[in-house]
Amino acid sequence: MGQYQWNWAVIFEEVYGTGEYYYQWLITGLGWTVATALCAWVLALALGSLIGTLRTVPNKWLSGLATAYVELFRNIPLIVQLFLWFFVLPELLPKAAGNWMKQDMPMPEFITAAIGLGLFTSARVAEQVRTGIMTLSTGQKNAGLAMGFTLPQTYRYVLLPMAFRIIIPPLTSEFMNVFKNSAVALAIGLTELTFQMRQITGEYAPANPIEVMTIVSVIYLILAFSVNRLMALIERRTQVPGYISGGGK
Amino acid sequence: MNFDFAAVANSADFLWQGFQYSLSLTAFATCFGILFGTLLAMARLSSIKPLNMLASTYVNLFRSVPLLLVIFWFYILVPLISGVQVGAEKSAYITFAIFEAAYFCEIIRAGIQSIPKGQVAAGYAMGFTYGQNMRFVILPQAFRNVVPLLLTQTIILFQDTSLVYVVGATDLLGAASKVASRDYIPVEMYVSVAVIYFIVSFTLSRLVKRLHAKIAVIR
Amino acid sequence: MISIKNVSKWYGNFQVLTDCTTEVKKGEVVVVCGPSGSGKSTLIKTVNALEPFQKGDIIVDGISIADPKTNLPKLRSRVGMVFQHFELFPHLTITDNLAIAQQKVLGRTREEALDKGLKLLDRVGLKAHAAKFPGQLSGGQQQRVAIARALAMDPIVMLFDEPTSALDPEMVNEVLDVMVQLAQEGMTMMCVTHEMGFARKVASRVIFMDKGKIEEDCSKEEFFGQPRGERAQQFLSKILQH
Repeated sequence: MGQYQWNWAVIFEEVYGTGEYYYQWLITGLGWTVATALCAWVLALALGSLIGTLRTVPNKWLSGLATAYVELFRNIPLIVQLFLWFFVLPELLPKAAGNWMKQDMPMPEFITAAIGLGLFTSARVAEQVRTGIMTLSTGQKNAGLAMGFTLPQTYRYVLLPMAFRIIIPPLTSEFMNVFKNSAVALAIGLTELTFQMRQITGEYAPANPIEVMTIVSVIYLILAFSVNRLMALIERRTQVPGYISGGGK
Repeated sequence: MNFDFAAVANSADFLWQGFQYSLSLTAFATCFGILFGTLLAMARLSSIKPLNMLASTYVNLFRSVPLLLVIFWFYILVPLISGVQVGAEKSAYITFAIFEAAYFCEIIRAGIQSIPKGQVAAGYAMGFTYGQNMRFVILPQAFRNVVPLLLTQTIILFQDTSLVYVVGATDLLGAASKVASRDYIPVEMYVSVAVIYFIVSFTLSRLVKRLHAKIAVIR
Repeated sequence: MISIKNVSKWYGNFQVLTDCTTEVKKGEVVVVCGPSGSGKSTLIKTVNALEPFQKGDIIVDGISIADPKTNLPKLRSRVGMVFQHFELFPHLTITDNLAIAQQKVLGRTREEALDKGLKLLDRVGLKAHAAKFPGQLSGGQQQRVAIARALAMDPIVMLFDEPTSALDPEMVNEVLDVMVQLAQEGMTMMCVTHEMGFARKVASRVIFMDKGKIEEDCSKEEFFGQPRGERAQQFLSKILQH
């Protein structure tokens, strides 16, 4: 450790013989990280809300199917899921579709990562949505039905608006998890932030890993902090006057 | 399509070694993580400002960055500091213990905070010191309340150990991927590994659920 | 208006309703009372199919509840219900609580719904609170809003499920006053309640339930006078003691 040569300016150096600079690599990486995380989050929210809602409906088939979905995606590590989508799925599909995935699909790493991460996260979002709905008393559901709402209307106008407000805090940490988990996509070759970091510290500038890793860590901290502030803002905006959180009667 | 699952059976010994490493990594990180996490939780709830801030910073820091990033940090840092090439497998033990402590801390902290103030007061009223009160009154109740959460975190931790693959360690996934590229059987290997992870995690999560129901009844 | 015919209901092996038969005619106010666990809340919830039952049938305004072809949302929109815990929708203002089902279920315009809702809010004496959220009102005020919300649907009958039992004592009367007024205007009502003063004042008939059975079903004069069954006597003496 004693002979470590500190050089914080390393990221402004040129990548030998390419005309590019290390900081440009980091910015590209950040771009992919944010793009992947946001796409995955949109997918996870949409699908997770649907699956979580289905888990609470009286129909045994629908709720059973939704439960199976959640268990499947929750009990296999994310990195393995990405491998399945990236390496295994094209082999299982009919030849034409498989070949298309392997050769012609645009941005294969990005699309696989966004969808894979989205599906993985959707199972976790579904659990939160289900918990939120279960927190509400059966009285609320009954009141909705008694007004003449159909079951879908009762979910739309009565149960879900409250359930989503209740689960904003756990959704915040899921949103932060999406950014963190997007790093796993480096395993299928997505050139996101951690991938760039590994590339720089591993092959290109192995002399100064601490500086590069510190900078990347700080970027992740800033991302996490931003998500946290954004969700806090949403929570404040959607707060219901006079309602003490935690359900109650 | 022809898949050769017999090839998976041929490499069972190698996979088993990887699986054992995954389990031992999980076990070590859980034990150390809970131990260190408990100390962190006590520090976070302490009225000594610097201690409190130190613990909060530690926890928030590790909870805000990807585990993968932390794996790289330690992979590179441990040899730099110690001057010894310890290898991916060994450095992962340190990484996971330190990283998971932050998550276990938050669970245990919630457990401690779930104990009614009256219990804490009653303990002090009996003449217990802070340490005795923690040891005999608060922590036993807190742990009992969060046992299901601690176990759930352990299941997540078990799945997360698969990430050591990226620094070349031979865990279950690492072993599978080495066989996959050696024998060119990626489909068979990755599907098998997914099934193994699923069976272990799913079974454990069922058990946790049953335990949870049992605890709820006792209470 | 409501005709309950031989209704039985089980939770697994446990029978909660046993062969219940009674009727509520147009303009009648029927009070249902009985000890806790007697099945009275369950019975009233079967009337708008919030609780399913396994045997018997209930006919509301000529429509069978047990018939699987019955459009339940449509039927429920014509039956007003007031709950023990008010069940106002916490994320909506009082105004929106009053308007939402009128708009989404009855298809009224926003203006019609607001007009109707605010008139009824005024009637229960809470017009000043229109812009507030339920959490900002007292229990008694919330329950009055809940009554107005049910009335806004122009129900042909009103069901009350222990409307005052979750209220602090000083708020019970403001809710009962609204209910008495409603009864005197000729609204058909079925009320599960322990408020015997209310029953004496406006009830046409009183139903006494015990262990899932209808034990007494008679005019209020008969119920409060003699003779009557032993269980009802015990029950009355317990709640009238103080």
